[in-house]
Formats: sequence, C-alpha cells, structure tokens
Amino acid sequence: MNFFLETLIGGLLAGTLYSLVAIGFVLIYKASGVFNFAQGTMLLFAALTFVSLREQGLSFALALLLTVLVMIVGALLIERLVLRPLVNRSQITLFMATLGLSFIIEGLAQGLMGAQVRALDLGIEDVPLFVGEIMISQFDLIAAGVSALTVAVLALLFNKTRIGVALRAVADDTRAALSLGINLNRIWQIVWAVAGVVGLVAGLLWGARQGVQFSLSLVVLKALPVLIIGGFTSIGGAIVGGLIVGAAENLAEAYIGPLIGGGITPWFAYFLALIFLYIRPSGLFGDRIIERV
Amino acid sequence: MTATVPRLSASFDEAPLTLVRRRWRPGLLLLLLVAFVGLPWLGNDYWLNAILIPFLVLSLAGLGLNLLTGYTGQTSVGAAGFMAVGAFATYGLLLRVPGLPLPLALIGGGVIAGLVGLLFGIPSSRIKGFYLMVTTLAAQFFLEWVFAKFPWFYNYASSGTISAPRLELFGHNLGTPVGRYLLTLSCVVLLTWVAVNLVRSQVGRNWMAIRDMDTAAAVIGIAVERDKRMAFAVSSFYLGIAGALWAFAYLGTASAGSFDINRSFQILFIIIIGGMGSIAGSFIGAAFISLVPILLSHAGQWLFNGNVDAGQLQNLQKVLFGGLIIWFLIKEPEGLARLLGDLRERIRVWPLRF
Repeated sequence: MNFFLETLIGGLLAGTLYSLVAIGFVLIYKASGVFNFAQGTMLLFAALTFVSLREQGLSFALALLLTVLVMIVGALLIERLVLRPLVNRSQITLFMATLGLSFIIEGLAQGLMGAQVRALDLGIEDVPLFVGEIMISQFDLIAAGVSALTVAVLALLFNKTRIGVALRAVADDTRAALSLGINLNRIWQIVWAVAGVVGLVAGLLWGARQGVQFSLSLVVLKALPVLIIGGFTSIGGAIVGGLIVGAAENLAEAYIGPLIGGGITPWFAYFLALIFLYIRPSGLFGDRIIERV
Repeated sequence: MTATVPRLSASFDEAPLTLVRRRWRPGLLLLLLVAFVGLPWLGNDYWLNAILIPFLVLSLAGLGLNLLTGYTGQTSVGAAGFMAVGAFATYGLLLRVPGLPLPLALIGGGVIAGLVGLLFGIPSSRIKGFYLMVTTLAAQFFLEWVFAKFPWFYNYASSGTISAPRLELFGHNLGTPVGRYLLTLSCVVLLTWVAVNLVRSQVGRNWMAIRDMDTAAAVIGIAVERDKRMAFAVSSFYLGIAGALWAFAYLGTASAGSFDINRSFQILFIIIIGGMGSIAGSFIGAAFISLVPILLSHAGQWLFNGNVDAGQLQNLQKVLFGGLIIWFLIKEPEGLARLLGDLRERIRVWPLRF
C-alpha cells in the first residue's frame, strides 16, 4: 500500500509539471486558435537563456527579469513575423508554422548558447521528506507549489484585469471582440508573452530536474496527451489532465511495466489519451464541436 | 471521359476540367531513360549512395504521407513508425521464409505495414484534427518501443540492429550501389504510377472530398470512415516499402532509432515544402530536403575553410529550414510544386503575359 501511495503521489507531483507545460498551450490555443508546437522549444530557450545569464554571474532575480524580457521580445517578434501574415489561415497551416518556428528557436537556442547539458541550480535541496512511512521528494513538492502559484496568478490575471477580460472575450468570440474594439494583434502579443513566461517557469522546474538540454523541448510531446484528456480549451482541464497523466504514467510503469518488458512511459500516456478520446472525443472539459456543412 | 469534354484548343488540355490526359509525353520518357540508363552509367558510387538513393526513398515516403495528409487531410506525425514496420517486417520475412524472392518480401513488408496502419487508422472514424494527430504520435512511440524492446524483431542480435540481407533478384546481385539504386528506382516508379492512377480514381476523389470537408462528403454518400481507414492503410503500405528501402538499400544497417520522430517530421516537411496533395510535390520536396543540407555543408566548408563547427552548421540548418517552412506557408501554401507549375506556365505563354 505504501508503495502504491508513494508511486501515486510521485506521479501526481510530476503531473503538476505536465500541467504547467499544457497551460502554455491552452493559453495560446484559446486566444488565437493556434496549436503551438513551439511551446517545448520556447521552454528550452527560456531555460537556456536563464542558465547562460546565471553563468555570466548575474544574480537570480536579474537573470529572471532579463529572461522574461527576452521572452516578451520573442513573443512580439513571433506575432509580427509569423502570426500576422498567416491570419485567417486554417488551423493545420498555423500548426505547421509553429513546427517551423520550433526549428528556428531550437537552432537559435543551441547555436547561441551551446548544446551541452547545463546544470541548473534553483537552490532547492532534493532531500526526501517522510510523511508517516511515505517518501516524498521535497523538490517535487516545491515544484508543485510553484506550479499552483503560477496557476493562481494566471487565474487572477484572467478574472480581475481588463487585459484578462479582453483575452477571454477573444477566446469566446473573436469577431465580436474585434467589433468591440479589442486590438487582436495586441492580445496575441500578450498571450504569447504570457505563454513564454509560463514556459520559463516550466523550463526552470524541468531543467532543475533533468538538466537544461535539448531533450527539454520534448516535454512538449508529453503535454499532448494531457491536452487531449483535459481538452484544448480549458485551463482547469489542463491541470486535471496533467495530474491524471502523471499519476497513471507512474502507476503503469510500476505495475504494468514489469509485465511487458518495462520502459513503457514514452507511449503509455498516448494510449491513455486514446481511451479517453474514444469515450469523449473533445476531452473531459473541452468545447463540444458542432459540425455544419 | 475526354470525349465528353468539349475541346476548344490545344491549351484546353491543360485545364483542370480535363479528367484524363493520355498524351504522348516525351519529357517523362526521357526522364525515365536518364534515370534508368544514364544515371547508373554516369553517376559514381558517392552520387548513387549518398544522394540519389536517399532522395528516391524519401520521395516514396513523402508520397505515402501525401496520400494520407495531402489528399485525405489526416495529419500524421507517425510516418517513421510505419516505415519501421515495413523495414522490420521485410527483414523478418526474408529471414524466416526461406527462398522468398525480394519483391515479394518487400510487398509483404508493405502489406504488414498497411495492416498496422489500418489498425492505427481506426480511431480516425471518431477523432479529428489535432486529436487524431495524437493517435499517430501514439503509433510512432509505441512502434519505436516495440522494435527496440522485443529481440524477436531483430533476430536477437546483440546490437539491436537489422542488417541488409543479401539483395538479389533472379540470381542478379543487387548489393552494389548501382543494383540498390535500380531496385529503389523501380519500386519508386512503379508505386508512383499506381499513386497517380489511384488519386484520380473514385477512391482518390473520395479522399479529396473528405479532405475538403468530411461532413459534406458524408452527406453526398461517401463512406467517410471506410475511406479514411483505407487512406491510412494505403499510406502505410507506401511508407512500409519506403522504410524497407531506407533500411536495406540506403542505410544497410538499421535499428528502431533510425525511424524516430525526427524522421516523421522530416517527411512531413517534405510534403509541406513540396506541396500537399501533389504527387510531383513529394519528389520536389524530397529533393529539396535531401539536397539543401549537402549544399549547405559544402557552402559552409567553402566559406569558412572548415573553420566552422559542424554542430553550428547543423543549428544554422535548423534555423534555415524553420524559416523556409514559415516562408512557404505564408507565400506559397501549395508548395514548390505550385511554384514550378506557375513558372512553367509563364514560360509556355512567353512572351505574352496572358
């Protein structure tokens, strides 16, 4: 029983990190209908920038501030150079554009800042905590706390500020929002910048866990099943989806893995997503699509 | 069919209205002659091994994916997974069925890949768009895992790799560069001919109707689910044969890692750059994808006298590719094939502009 609980809690905590990556997607998808494949490389880029700045001897806060600035400038450039010329194109076209974008960011990140694995020290000690007889990683616990804080800040941003209300209006009905005088291009810039900052938080947490390197950008692929389960358009769904995927993955590796040879984490989440899709084709919390000819 | 379409002039032949064109095409014959006779005779081993064979195999893979993504509109990022099935199945057939001739083994590998494709295509009846993409990702990762995990597939080799069996046909050794080139070329020509006819048959038209709007297609009586599954199967058949050729005619030794997700993206890029829903586009895109890196590395060496780091060059390549993809999507969403078509049209009517 203890082993089960340990695996479950470990999975849930890892799941909060999946949620964080998935939220970056949901933000952009809601506001601009773009399925942003480049979210993973944005995460890598942010973490690499932060590490490089730290290596230059900058303080933690200054490095963080500068990285946030870099992500905002990046968002402005992406909006101007990629999104604006592609306005009104099909979703698949936009998706493919972000595929190209991910190549550019990846090439730039590794070209400018090197491809070797960098250690990232956030000053959190990874000592195991014992609750009763159950072992919990302290790092995972703090990471989960940071994720929760990020979500809370986002919720405040969305519900209590003018920008947030405008964002929700665009997500609800783009045309109506436009006719009310909401500047769509500005909204896109803001959303991409916010997604970049969420990517930075996720990148730092993931990076501290497994080192800052290319494979960080592959986290994006893990976020896909999370989105499928939670639905593309719901932040709450992304959180629940992340938790489900994290927990299920850990449990499956521990209990099903040994039966069929182990190492099933790369694909298990996708199968889980498939099962969910069969039952609910637009996710647990996603908007139902009504088709008309 | 042509008889029912009124012919106004010779140029009307070019109009999209003409359903079937059966013209004498000297250009095509010349191209085939050059490819079958000229190139093996003129080209050296480097050209055949490093440029022509990968180009042809990638074209075939691009063609396979184009049938699914370009013609039927089902985005797939699992192309390399099905290529792996083809490679490992062909290997297994040659190994375990003694005396099986190579063409039959290739077709067998393709059929097995097609069946696996059919299996992963089943969700397409309920799932669409991005959600469907996840199915293909599941296929990609699952298949990669299977071929790395179970030694039966690579005959318990300690390295986990499969090596090309002896390639021969009717006693002729096809193991030489020229032999492997001709084998690849024959497969590609044959399958391209099939694909050209397939996409203008009833099935091909159903696919395009589904791509343009599947609800509308269902309303006019197209069996959408069946045709989608068929597209998955046919596309995987093509990808399977391309995978077998990639493993045995090009690489020589392959493992599950030769068919990772990056290969899938590479093939997706081929059809984006070349042209979605265009047979010629698959070839143009493959030429672009396989030639640009070579040109770039030569240019890099020439410009910097070998002072530039290979890793940096690769990063530059990534940026360039990404930029090109975005540029294409913005400027020419129908790819290089359309660009060349426009150019040809302009040359044809030159010097009159209209």
